[in-house]
Amino acid sequence: MIEYKKPNTKEEFKKNFKEKKPLMNKTEALVESSKCLFCYDPPCMKACPTKIDIPLFIKQIHTGNVYGAAQTIYKSNWLGNACAVVCPTGVLCEGSCVYTKEDILPVQIGRLQHFATQYIIGNRLKTFEQGFDIQKKVAIIGAGPAGIACACELKTIGYKVDIFETKSAPSGLISHGIAPYKISNEDALFEVEFLKNQLNFNIFYNEKINSKQQIMDLESKYDAIFIGVGIGSTANLNISGENLNNVIGAVEWIEKLRKQEHQTTIGENVIVLGGGNTAMDAATESAKLGAKNVVLAYRGSKEDMKAYPFEYELAVSCGVDGLFYAQPIEILGKEKVEGVRFKNTLNQEEFIINCDFLIKATGQAKHLELFSLIDNLTIDDRKKIKVNQDTFQTTNPKYFAGGDAVNGGSEVVNAAFEGKMAGIGIHNFLKNK
Amino acid sequence: MIDISVNFAGIKAPNPFWLASAPPTNSGYQIMKAFDAGWGGAVWKTLGLPTINVSSRYGSINYRDTRMAGFSNIELISDRPLEDNLREMQEVKKYYPNHAVIASLMVDTRQEWETIIKEVQDAGADGIELNFGCPHGMCERGMGSAVGQEPEVLKTIVGWVMAAAKIPVITKLSPNISHITDPGLAAVQGGTNAISLINTVKSIVGIDLDTFAPYPIVDGSGTNGGYCGPAVKPIALHMLKELAQHRQINKVPICGIGGIETWRDVVEFILLGATSVQVCTAVMHYGFGIVREMEAGLKGFMEQRSFDTIYDFAGRALPKVTEWKNLNLKYSVKANIDREKCIGCQLCYIACDDGAHQAIKLSENSEDRIPSVIEDNCVGCNLCSLVCPVENCISMQRKDDKSEHLTWDMLTQKNEIPNTFNDERAGGKGHHVPSVEEAWNKRENI
Repeated sequence: MIEYKKPNTKEEFKKNFKEKKPLMNKTEALVESSKCLFCYDPPCMKACPTKIDIPLFIKQIHTGNVYGAAQTIYKSNWLGNACAVVCPTGVLCEGSCVYTKEDILPVQIGRLQHFATQYIIGNRLKTFEQGFDIQKKVAIIGAGPAGIACACELKTIGYKVDIFETKSAPSGLISHGIAPYKISNEDALFEVEFLKNQLNFNIFYNEKINSKQQIMDLESKYDAIFIGVGIGSTANLNISGENLNNVIGAVEWIEKLRKQEHQTTIGENVIVLGGGNTAMDAATESAKLGAKNVVLAYRGSKEDMKAYPFEYELAVSCGVDGLFYAQPIEILGKEKVEGVRFKNTLNQEEFIINCDFLIKATGQAKHLELFSLIDNLTIDDRKKIKVNQDTFQTTNPKYFAGGDAVNGGSEVVNAAFEGKMAGIGIHNFLKNK
Repeated sequence: MIDISVNFAGIKAPNPFWLASAPPTNSGYQIMKAFDAGWGGAVWKTLGLPTINVSSRYGSINYRDTRMAGFSNIELISDRPLEDNLREMQEVKKYYPNHAVIASLMVDTRQEWETIIKEVQDAGADGIELNFGCPHGMCERGMGSAVGQEPEVLKTIVGWVMAAAKIPVITKLSPNISHITDPGLAAVQGGTNAISLINTVKSIVGIDLDTFAPYPIVDGSGTNGGYCGPAVKPIALHMLKELAQHRQINKVPICGIGGIETWRDVVEFILLGATSVQVCTAVMHYGFGIVREMEAGLKGFMEQRSFDTIYDFAGRALPKVTEWKNLNLKYSVKANIDREKCIGCQLCYIACDDGAHQAIKLSENSEDRIPSVIEDNCVGCNLCSLVCPVENCISMQRKDDKSEHLTWDMLTQKNEIPNTFNDERAGGKGHHVPSVEEAWNKRENI
């Protein structure tokens, strides 16, 4: 049974969806930063996909050099602010903090990082310099974290960078795919605005690249092209009833939620299909949006789910019920969804659960159409773009790629890392040309 | 039955916890509050000549998230009218006849000393403390540490006081001197009944990085202050020991002052020979209530060790504090890391490798973050055990067979001290040091 009251106003929505990792105040940052032991060869830094020098930035916060702390963070990660709040720190930096070995709560690295990055973003402090103009141009497809990171890296070196974005706003999944209690729309957009103002890359919105002509144009105008398109819309389950009203993909629904907030449509009895982090988010969000009952249905066991345990626990704490070994075989209903017929994957027995809203978080389709327009681009059997793991260059040397399109769907921090590495890869490729 | 009452040079008090002459003893109101909270005595904020105080008086050192690990002040002696202080002193003594009220005094001429001594005696003070310590302000007028730093002058003034005083006199010493035994001896020779130490250490507590002015800032400038608080305790303990081991000085009781905040601090001062203690900074930080912890801790310690009075263990550490030349050169400890307790911060490794003797190595297995000790290289310096953040994880274990006792002094007497570095008996001979060439080659590989 869900305890959240349905939010009817923006304020009520904000209350239900309040940030899980609020911004620290100065005193809290002082106390928390004093906890860091300054470990040698620090495990937190090793656990960070972007290898931020965490003990250094924490020491800098502690000594009142918050600006320097932010510089340390951005030196490794161009999405330092977003990652501070959306990273699953419990399984990355904070999860490896040596304090946990002694059953002591780890240093709150994510929130300290947020404290430092908000300091420069909030105060609009000049932090980055464009490199000396080297008269070469790079096109970036997709303004998500991988594309932004790649653009920033290239701009600091001195390239001219144009980003082409299908949607009307930047940040990719940070602004429309992540739960609002992890990062606010404002936070997501401010960081990109901040970077863009200082590094001066262009973003062309509502520019979907989906024709051979566009690809040929890009190839003729730019010296290299970075593909940071992420993964696409929710894939079909290929069972009957998918077209009924109130059946929606999780990605699409979360995007709506981020835009429409308390005005987002939700039912009273919601089923969420899936066992990944997106499914957990969708279930938690349904509960916070005032659904009376939310069932999270997964075809395997609880342990089989790809979601982080803490995300499942969050959903459960919001009143979501887990249903395991439940494979959907038919979506029932006349015009609107009325229920789902499941098969128990252990004993093959069928059963029906009624609902008036169904969210599918069962995987996303890849941007195969786009990939097929590019010559010599190798796609692996899991529909991911094949790249060199050091340079992020694809099998077509002019193209580089990073983020979900390459890793199949991972964290923002992975995309930020890959985008940055691809920027370096592009420079190494172009500098001798 | 545990009895923590004291008789300090004739000054009786229900316990050895006294407030030092400082802002917490500025008024009768504060001192009464302190006695109710559990303090056994109070040294009234120094009475003397009229002064004017500045605004902005204190500065501090914060360490990590700890405030006031060190504390500095440029406040002068009491600026309240003498009559008010004397009247309140009399009232306090009336309400608290069994608590010790000691008048701290600082004046200039012999006449002034004689007058003020009579006044505080008439007010009912149990004792007098001579403030020869303030290292700021008053010393510029020839008082405070200006006296404490001139043993002959100090002796003379103590002599004036002793000739006039009918109640016990404590001489409070300044630590701002090379040999604390010089003013200590002068005080005893002048006839003092007791000594208290240390007063504050002359200091600059910090510089404001925006204005370049020293703290505390008074309209853009500052001056040296008197440093105190937990940071000065080791200096105080050493000076206490110097006096307590001195055969001519230790005839008089010593009151320990300097960074005392907990029962452990109190016990340490008593073990080094103090038979009462004075506290200021801890009270300025936490209020009078801090004495509860001191009293409970002291009593618990005494109960556990079966000490009935503080005199049962006062000075018991003194025989253990000796000169370096008397330490056993054959005693050998080596570090041991408890693999069960280690949390893998590797601070011991880097501390030893960068800051000591390269006697700790990392595991060759990168998954295993537990370092190990290279016993042959370990000189038993303790550094790793000091930086280790886990209680009892790194211990120093005795490795010699306890059969030999050899000191530098013994070697000197036998004429066996090494005279050249090539001498087999020289200490550094055979100690492992990584080769420079190897280090260079490794560096090039980076």
